[in-house]
Order: sequence, then structure tokens, then C-alpha cells
Amino acid sequence: MNAAVDATAKTAVNALSVEAVSHAYGARIALDSVSFDVAPGSFTVLLGLNGAGKSTLFSVITHLYVSRSGVVRIFGRDVARESGAALAALGVVFQQRTLDPDLSVAQNLAYHGALHGLGRRETRARQAFQLARVGLADRAHDKVRFLSGGQMRRVEIARALLHKPRMLVLDEPTAGLDIKARAGILEVVRGLVADEGIGVLWATHLVDEIRDDDHVIVLHKGRVLADGSSRSIVGAAGARSIGEAFTSLSGGAEGGEG
Amino acid sequence: MSEALLASERPFGWTQRLICLYGIVWREGLRFLHQRERFISALVRPMVWLFIFAAGFRQTLGVSIMPPYDTYVLYEVYITPGLIAMIQLFNGMQSSLSMVYDREMGSMRMLLVSPAPRWFLLTSKLIAGVAVSILQVYGFLVVAYFWEIEPPTWWGYLTVLPALALSGLMLGALGMLLSSVIKQLENFAGVMNFVIFPMFFASSALYPLWRVQEGSPWLATVCRLNPFTYSVELVRFAFYQQVDWLSLAVVAGCTAAFLGGAVIAYDPARGMLMRRGG
Repeated sequence: MNAAVDATAKTAVNALSVEAVSHAYGARIALDSVSFDVAPGSFTVLLGLNGAGKSTLFSVITHLYVSRSGVVRIFGRDVARESGAALAALGVVFQQRTLDPDLSVAQNLAYHGALHGLGRRETRARQAFQLARVGLADRAHDKVRFLSGGQMRRVEIARALLHKPRMLVLDEPTAGLDIKARAGILEVVRGLVADEGIGVLWATHLVDEIRDDDHVIVLHKGRVLADGSSRSIVGAAGARSIGEAFTSLSGGAEGGEG
Repeated sequence: MSEALLASERPFGWTQRLICLYGIVWREGLRFLHQRERFISALVRPMVWLFIFAAGFRQTLGVSIMPPYDTYVLYEVYITPGLIAMIQLFNGMQSSLSMVYDREMGSMRMLLVSPAPRWFLLTSKLIAGVAVSILQVYGFLVVAYFWEIEPPTWWGYLTVLPALALSGLMLGALGMLLSSVIKQLENFAGVMNFVIFPMFFASSALYPLWRVQEGSPWLATVCRLNPFTYSVELVRFAFYQQVDWLSLAVVAGCTAAFLGGAVIAYDPARGMLMRRGG
């Protein structure tokens, strides 16, 4: 028991650590020795085009399957070996819509609460708080079907926070949303980082969601091409913006691979 | 922060697992209530067989005295257990359809990020499907009662329950195993044609095995190798407050094998998901 506590204490610095993760589907390499860390209370952007390996990485982080090699830890807990403890500390917003459209918002949250072992009363108490936080306190008893795309995303964020995770991963959470809804979702999640010190991994291909002081990881064709603050990546690439830096980084890698 | 720390360090014990099981069954029940056409078609399908097929064959096919019947029975009475098992077969395959659908829509992934062990989540999902199938069967039995198909005593309605639970588990586990192999929804029509129909027709659901034997020994052998036959017989005997031990053994064994296969197929480190990316 003590040893376990010590081991956790040593690595507890990182909310999420991805250590030399590689994965392949047959001969196709999806992730090639990917390593990076997300500190607690940091907003980390995983920037990559479609097909960069983001989805595979999310599958490995959320324990849908185990990578061929490498380790993913959430607050020091190995997702493959101590998946229960690791997943209990992790909140997930998937790219696909994962709410039951025919059930109410409250019923969807109750189902999630049960999956995480929360009793009815506890779920109900937390639900009000989480829904208020995403600005949907008055929609608890509406069917999900009648919500807008942006509102559904907010419900999914409230749901992901229900079991009080300290690390939140979001896979393209703004995909398919209009500008106003996108800004709203970003504001909510940035608020979580600032107010509660939750670690966030935000996967996207949209550079305009990145701020200068964000931690950015550029993933291209399964490899990490850059890892640092947005400002430093822009500086190192000699570019004027993160968009320009991303284009030149991914363009360079393209030539290298032929 | 310290409260959050406590929340995530709390072990996922049996109380949490029970809450989790309850939540999964509750959601399946809610979804079932919202899909009224699913319940109606689950009722109508066996009724078509009972009212049309069986009534038509009544004169052609007499069923002689054979266990568990101690008198001549009408053909409708003979095929009722087969129709009950058919309800469960359809339901088992439909839950596997919903798992393929869930996987495409991502709610399967939602289920699998629960901190509960994966075998427990899959078993809970299976139990939820069985609970729904038992509701459908009792709905059908109510209709059948008014068609004068009833067990020798009212106890039959109770003794059939464990048989329904076990046969539902077997057919649901088979569906779950298949759902791990089917990659996309389009292939499900194939499952209907290549799984549901052959299993139903090549079994003792519609005709007693001894009659099949007379007509085609080859088909009788296929029927004897078909686990669905044992589901039907288990239900048939249980409805008459008897236990068919061979059927019980086969159904229990197949349940264990199918569920074991499904757990391996969905295993994060070995399964199908890893090989092709969910």
C-alpha cells in the first residue's frame, strides 16, 4: 500500500502522461512513439489534421484498447494496468454524439453517474451544479433531441465532469458547431482550467482555438512534431502565427516521408 | 481539490458495481419503453406464427404423446416454447445490433470508460437485454393464455422463469459475440439470414426431433448440434414444471463459451477493437 502511494506521489506531477506510445493496425502505423505530458491546470491543445492519429490516441487514453507499446498514465495510474483507478480520474467528451436523444438530459446524466458508481441522490445533487456551470440549469428535464448541437456538447461536458475527474480529454469538441457555440464551449472549458485546476487535453485541427500561452502538441502522421507553448512553437518555426507554423511543420514532414 | 481527490481514489467496490448494473438495466428498460414499435413487433412476430402458421398446420401435423406432454397436444401448444425461444433469439440479436449501433454512435465507448471491469460491463449489458426479453415473453404468454395455451398449473409461469433467464443469457451472449465480429450495420441483414433463420428452422421449435429423424436423418443431426434446440427444450420442460437436464447442461455450457468469447473479443489488449480501431 505504502509503495503504491509512493509510486503515485513520484509521478503525480502530471495529470496525463503519454510515454512512447506506438500503435499499428496491421502494417499501417497509426502512432509512432508518441510522448507528451499534460500538467494539472493546463490547457493543452493536441493539434493535428484528420488522420494524424488523434483518434487512435484517444482510444488508447480512454482504454478502448491498449497500444502495442508504451504507457499512458492518468495522475500516475497506468491506464492498461490500473484502468479502474485511471478511468475514475478521467472525464471524456467524444467526437461523436454519445447522448441518448430519446432520454432527458437528467436521465442521460443519471446513466453516466451509475456507470461511475454514483448513487441516485448523489448524482441528482451534482447534476444541478454541473448543468448550471454549463448554462443549462433549466433544461434538465428536456429530451436531448430538442437541444441544439452546442447545447448537446455542453451537456456532454457536464456529464464528463459528474464524477469529478481531474483530467478532461475532448476529441474535436467543436466539430460541426457554429462560431458562437464554439466560443461558448471553449469559454466553459477554459473556465474549468482556470477555476478548478483541471488538466485539459483538447484535440482539434482549428488553429484559431489556440491562445499564445497554451501548451500545444503538434501531431502529424502519428508523430509528435512540436511540443511546447504556442508562442515558442511559432518562434522556433520562424512563423508569424501558429497556423503558419503548423503548415510549415506538417509540410516539412510531408517531404521527409515522401 | 481534496474532495475531488477522494472521489477518484475511492475504489470501485461491489456497491458501485451494483449501482452500475442497475443503471445499465434501467437505461435499457427506458430505451425499450421509448421504442414502442420494437415491443409491438416482438409480440406480433410470434403471434403471426401462432395464429396463422400453427392454425393452418393444426390438421396436418398432430403431435403424439412425448415428454413433457402426457397427452396429445395441439400443434399450437407444441410450438409455443419454440416461439418463446424465437422472441429471445430476436431480442439477443437485436441487442447485438444495438451494440454495433452503439459502437458506431459512440455510446458503447461511453459505457467502456466506466471504471468497472470490462467483463462486468459486458455482463451487465447482457443481463439488461435478458430482462427486456423476459418482459416480451410474458407479454406473449398473456396473449397465448387467451388462445388457451397455458401450463398444466399456474406454477408453470413461475418455473419457466429460470429457463427464460438462462436461455436469454445464451442467446444474448451469442449476439454479443457476433457484435464483436460484425464491423458495420450493413452486415446485420446477413446475420438475420445466416444466424436467426437457420437456428430457428433447424431446431425442435417447429417439429419434434423424432419426426425430423423420419424425414431426414441428416437434418435431425444438425438440429441436435444446434444450441437453440436446447433453449427450446429447456423452456418446453420448464413450462411443464420439469427439468430437461441435457438441455440445461448444453445451454449453461454454451452461455459460458459465448460470453467468454465476447469478453475476449472486447478485451482492450487482445480483442478485435485493437486490431482494427473500434
